[in-house]
Amino acid sequence: MDFDLSEEQTMLKDSLERLLADRYGFEQRNRHLASPEGWSADMWGQYAEMGLMALPFAEEDGGLGGGPVETMIVMEALGKSLALEPYWPTVVVGGGFVAAGGSTEQKAEIIPLVAEGSLKLAFAQVEKNSRYDLHHVETTARRNGSGYVLSGAKGVVIGGDSADRLIVTARTAGDTRDEAGIGVFVVDAKAEGVSRRGYAMQDGQRAAEITFENVNVPADAVLGDPEGGLPLVRAVVDRAIAALCAEAVGVMGEMHAQTVDYLKVRKQFGVAIGQFQSLQHMAVDMFVAHEQARSIVHYATMMAASEDATERRRAIHAAKAEVGRDGRLVGENAIQLHGGVGMTMEYAVGHYFKRMTMIDLTFGDHDHHLRALAAEGGLFQD
Amino acid sequence: MDLRYTDEELAFRDEVRAFLEEKLPEDIRQRMIDGEHGRKEDLVKWSRILNEKGWAVPHWPVEYGGTGWDPMKQYIFLEETQKWPAPQPLAFGVNMVGPVIYTFGNEAQKERFLPRIANLDDWWCQGFSEPGAGSDLASLKTKAVREGDHYVVNGQKTWTTLAQHADWIFCLVRTSTEGKKQEGISFLLIDMTTPGIEVRPIVTMDGGREINEVFLIDVKVPVENLVGEENKGWDYAKFLLGNERTNIARIGLSKQRVARIRELSKLEMSGGRPLWEDERFREKLVSIEIDLKALEMTQLRVVAADAKRGNTGKPDPASSILKIKGSQIQQETTHLLMQVMGPWAMPYQGETDEGWNEPPIGPGYGAHAAPAYFNNRKVSIYGGSNEIQKNIIAKAVLGL
Repeated sequence: MDFDLSEEQTMLKDSLERLLADRYGFEQRNRHLASPEGWSADMWGQYAEMGLMALPFAEEDGGLGGGPVETMIVMEALGKSLALEPYWPTVVVGGGFVAAGGSTEQKAEIIPLVAEGSLKLAFAQVEKNSRYDLHHVETTARRNGSGYVLSGAKGVVIGGDSADRLIVTARTAGDTRDEAGIGVFVVDAKAEGVSRRGYAMQDGQRAAEITFENVNVPADAVLGDPEGGLPLVRAVVDRAIAALCAEAVGVMGEMHAQTVDYLKVRKQFGVAIGQFQSLQHMAVDMFVAHEQARSIVHYATMMAASEDATERRRAIHAAKAEVGRDGRLVGENAIQLHGGVGMTMEYAVGHYFKRMTMIDLTFGDHDHHLRALAAEGGLFQD
Repeated sequence: MDLRYTDEELAFRDEVRAFLEEKLPEDIRQRMIDGEHGRKEDLVKWSRILNEKGWAVPHWPVEYGGTGWDPMKQYIFLEETQKWPAPQPLAFGVNMVGPVIYTFGNEAQKERFLPRIANLDDWWCQGFSEPGAGSDLASLKTKAVREGDHYVVNGQKTWTTLAQHADWIFCLVRTSTEGKKQEGISFLLIDMTTPGIEVRPIVTMDGGREINEVFLIDVKVPVENLVGEENKGWDYAKFLLGNERTNIARIGLSKQRVARIRELSKLEMSGGRPLWEDERFREKLVSIEIDLKALEMTQLRVVAADAKRGNTGKPDPASSILKIKGSQIQQETTHLLMQVMGPWAMPYQGETDEGWNEPPIGPGYGAHAAPAYFNNRKVSIYGGSNEIQKNIIAKAVLGL
């Protein structure tokens, strides 16, 4: 058993962290945030140049052959800098769909474009009544000749306002909550009948409400089995959750570091407030939670590539639940220990707290995954 | 990064399981499952079976009887024995005084004591805490005055676990009142049969009799029983407390208790169906399981780093995390196991460390659930309370 990174992985981590340290300070991030797109096209180009967009794809598909560990490294570094660019929706989620479910032709058409940074993707899954259930799909895909006609509405499509193509779950058969009868479609975001309303989320990242009004797509827009897409969705979302949890570890680590620094410089009653034991213990609680989160992310990362869907899903439930719980503790303590200044928009720590909170609400919060794992019989089944 | 066990490690795990299956007497195992810990004769018997196999002190250097296993194998061995469950070796000997003796003791002490620790010929207990020296251990007052080739020891030790069985006690004693309080402490080995030693039991709230007060009145201890140098005892004590990083979280014990909770919750009814079917119960259990899995990975991170780079012997902040989280999880599992038993946890049916000779009340297997919950409140208190552990992390890691 070895938890150490390889030489190449260490290089990846170091060079990305260096780039972000140079180019993605809090002030610079604020400028990106205030721009019309809400993120930096220049940084996007830098990531592409570094090979981050090509990283997780197989070499034969035009990628660099990285695995879940490489994705973990990238996501943690992006979390540490609160990067706003739609890397996760495009490369991890969208790219993940094409890599795992696409035909040879689909992969050959899409992956090279993603890998060079010229195509952005987003996953349109959430619906008015779906909450976190991936199988709750009201959007319909009606057969029409050899193709399909999509109708319905998707919400909180992360990265959806700037995506060039959308990965859309739509019902090809059965009832709203049936596990069978779900297809996964690649839809051009500018196709006739697609309308988007883009907006910022609480953490500044971008999303969109998207409606599909009789949108015609060809037969080759379907990824995999048009009536049996759910296993693909689950596999991709599980890996996306592992990546999101790695981002959370970066976010938590930064909140913890900033808080400890603050405890050393902020003076009250004539001393640095870090000398007060009650505050020290809160900072240690954050430290312990962050380490526990890192540990469970190692586990989730290892399991993310597992072919055993049941085992993989249990590990992901565990990780998302643990990270949700740890992240809330770290974030709330970070704000409390900063006091009034932690409440302000102009101070960084609140932005980390908001990102952490949005991560918990993405693809299922702590309670959701705890309940789901409990329903599946828990972790230690011998 | 590769988080799988190697084929060799998996084969080793199977070897340990096969050994446990063949060698651990069934009656001892059943008492462990029932939560009836602490029979002296069980532990002696099991320790000698382990010693015959050469597995009594795996983590010691090979020259003193260790196995030469790397930290990962040591961890696998511990986890398997705890999950089985087998009695846990007497920590005061194999994990505490043994490593102090082979690290800081002289040749005569090593020859005299180490083999007898491994075979549990000598039962050791720990004389650190005093009525006035708990978390502030360095303020201890038990005094040792040198008179010729003896020290004369006077004072009182407390919370001395299993002293009633002990042949020997290792004590921190004050040999100097000059300088900082940490600088006047020495580490003495004292024969419990020496005149002037009196052991009085302290009954814990669960009814158990595992802890004691030890009074020392004009106890003559030969100078040859001083470990290392006079007034350096605090360093040895810190080594002893920081030395433990493979087993401090008790992952295997908590896994065994989780397995027991699963098993019993399928037998115990609630709302007309097995408690296992109850969502609220199941979420509580799963919440503990998730925490335990994260802690297991934290433990493995420490073990894998030790295996790769060697245990530096330095106290590691990670071991403080393991102590804090490990104790919390142990306490959560004992509480949930008691809840599983519900009303059948209520009848008092003897102490955890002695048998109950009357017919069981209720299903029987719940007899020790409440006492175990009460008793396990200790795990966040002993060995440096969780608050002391937080002080250590705040200072050593966070630099506060």
